[in-house]
Amino acid sequence: MTKDTAASTAAPDRAPADTQWGLWEVFTQEGEGAPHEHAGSVHATTAEHAMQNARDVYARRGKVVSLWVVPTASIIASVPSDAGPMFDPGNDKAYRHPQFYKVPRGVRGL
Amino acid sequence: MNAENRERGTGNGEPGGYPPQAGGGNGATADSWVPGARPGGATSGVVENSTFEYLLRLADDRLVLGHRLSEWCGHAPILEEDIALANIALDLIGQASALLKLAGEIEGKGRTDDALAYFRDAIEFRNAQLVELPNGDFAATIVRQFLFDAWDVLLLERLTAATNESVAGISAKALKEARYHLRHSAEWVRMLGDGTAESHARAQRALDELWPYTHELFLVDATDREAVAAGIGVDTETLRLAWRETVDRVLREATLTRPKDGFAPRGGRTGRHTEHLGRMLADMQSLARAHPGATW
Amino acid sequence: MNDKNPTAAAGAPDTARRAPADDPALVAEFEARIAAGESIEPKDWMPERYRKQLIRMMSQHAHSEIVGMLPEGNWITRAPSLRRKMVLLAKVQDEAGHGLYIYCGTETLGIDREELVDQLLAGTAKYSSIFNYPTLTWADVGVIGWFVDGAAIVNQTMLAKASFGPYARAMVRICKEENFHKKQGYESVATLAAGTPEQKAMVQDAVNRWWWPSLMMFGPSDKDSPNSAELMRWRVKRESNDTLRQRFVDLTVPQARAVGLTLPDPDLRFDEASENWLFGEIDWKEFHDVISGNGPCNRERLAARRKAHEDGSWVRAAAEAYGAKRQAADAA
Repeated sequence: MTKDTAASTAAPDRAPADTQWGLWEVFTQEGEGAPHEHAGSVHATTAEHAMQNARDVYARRGKVVSLWVVPTASIIASVPSDAGPMFDPGNDKAYRHPQFYKVPRGVRGL
Repeated sequence: MNAENRERGTGNGEPGGYPPQAGGGNGATADSWVPGARPGGATSGVVENSTFEYLLRLADDRLVLGHRLSEWCGHAPILEEDIALANIALDLIGQASALLKLAGEIEGKGRTDDALAYFRDAIEFRNAQLVELPNGDFAATIVRQFLFDAWDVLLLERLTAATNESVAGISAKALKEARYHLRHSAEWVRMLGDGTAESHARAQRALDELWPYTHELFLVDATDREAVAAGIGVDTETLRLAWRETVDRVLREATLTRPKDGFAPRGGRTGRHTEHLGRMLADMQSLARAHPGATW
Repeated sequence: MNDKNPTAAAGAPDTARRAPADDPALVAEFEARIAAGESIEPKDWMPERYRKQLIRMMSQHAHSEIVGMLPEGNWITRAPSLRRKMVLLAKVQDEAGHGLYIYCGTETLGIDREELVDQLLAGTAKYSSIFNYPTLTWADVGVIGWFVDGAAIVNQTMLAKASFGPYARAMVRICKEENFHKKQGYESVATLAAGTPEQKAMVQDAVNRWWWPSLMMFGPSDKDSPNSAELMRWRVKRESNDTLRQRFVDLTVPQARAVGLTLPDPDLRFDEASENWLFGEIDWKEFHDVISGNGPCNRERLAARRKAHEDGSWVRAAAEAYGAKRQAADAA
């Protein structure tokens, strides 16, 4: 490393790391009104760079109108063993389903 | 007239200049040496020829710079950057192709974009010297890209108002691309300038070495003036202030020092290139020239 | 465990994934899910061997995409027309993107891309044999698009239904993009075959050199392939190497005939009964030489990747340092 007399310094107190950078998850919206869907991930060290990389990797074919990037570590995911309690449909609970409600015949728009 | 001839002939203000003309000295121009140029040279002020020349300048900047960037493919510092640099290269080569097609139509001799790209010699190219320089390390590539992008955005903003619909259309699309290129290169200049001591040193060195070549971007000669008068060109001298502002701002954020003005190489706009262009074209054109007339 | 990547962190207690012998009840449940055609996601319980096999398979695939950029990348600067230049650059860019998708999919299994890159550069990871051959002429570029991407499509279409969710999803994305590669390759080949005598000779010569290595891409016959049976049971691999190879041959032979090119196999003949194009013996010694490091370009390919990585070290470090400074500034 060359000696540097200008303002910039290396990251304090340790040799600069050489990694493949941090991981970010990318969500793309393909068309107005569509939901953002998980597209994959990119590596970057700042949000701006993650955004640019996400655009280059997942949005260069031009169908994407909006991008979200999130540090992977910020995502809180449900745990597979939660699936039962959290996600099982309440088939035994009739009131969640439209059929529970009796309405007069012939009423439109329901 | 003679002063303009000299200016166009050499770019250095020398009378006549290289290459020598069959008829001798005065009135010699680079144009009359170029195969396909109209007899009697381009100093008669014929607008079509100036337009052709001007479009070559625009196109060749992009073709040469796009080619240089494409040399990184497969060798970039990280995968994401292989993809990013290829994107920029593709945009630039696409712009070059559109501009060369238009130039060929205006020239009216049936030269396609490929004919112009692959069958002109270095001395017929009209790019600024800045873009033909070898890539160097990643810092040199990025700093060169930034200096160009900052200029390109300003240039294209003006060109979208060109009276020639094709030029305006190409420029509008290119402007969107150039804004994105600038976003990319400016961010990297910051990352390198304000990264590690090594990256800062490399970025500063690159800036110091490339700075002299930026002056050519703002030179205006007779061809430029005719193109402006014809409604398809930009007086790039008027872009200098805004360019400086952008550059100064990013350099400040990057903790880099703007080099002093001084040495100001020029000549690319009239075919006086560095030795690098000839070698680059030898690579780029070799296969096409080995099979003239073939379709690919 | 990768704390940068919570999807890789075990939802189930650590002990279940690190136990030397996987709990038989969990294994049975896992295999039932596979048999039912369910998708396994990163945080689902999986046998440690499944996880390891997938890391191996996916990372090999990703490495192949990255190394694959080099033989074609060799011709970008010499592409003989602007259109071909752009098409080739876009194709090689796509390959980088495909490698990236698959590396990201691999990372969900709890391994860092840094480690994967190190494995490739150390020579301990494998990548597809085909990329160890040189591209000697422009025609090689078209033939690679036609044969190699053609073979990859046959393989990837199968993998789009792989049991591991992130791999299957990456494959779906890749398949969409891959079709353009093969078409462009074949179009280039067709143009050359109908071109000047020099061009026609160029493309026939390229076909002669790339045909057998392309057949070898599918790997040895499954009876000789140690991993196949297990991968099939786990629905990571859905069809045998031989089946896929035959499918590729059946697709490609008519394509060659359509443009007046011959394939360098005197034993090639159409079998009415099976409706297959039967082909000659593959020289498996060549295959084994190439995958063990002694193909024509193995050393050059790795050297190029090592150089890019080493030259890029200070750049990556700069981005890290910059990112750390921005974080510190934001926190302040």
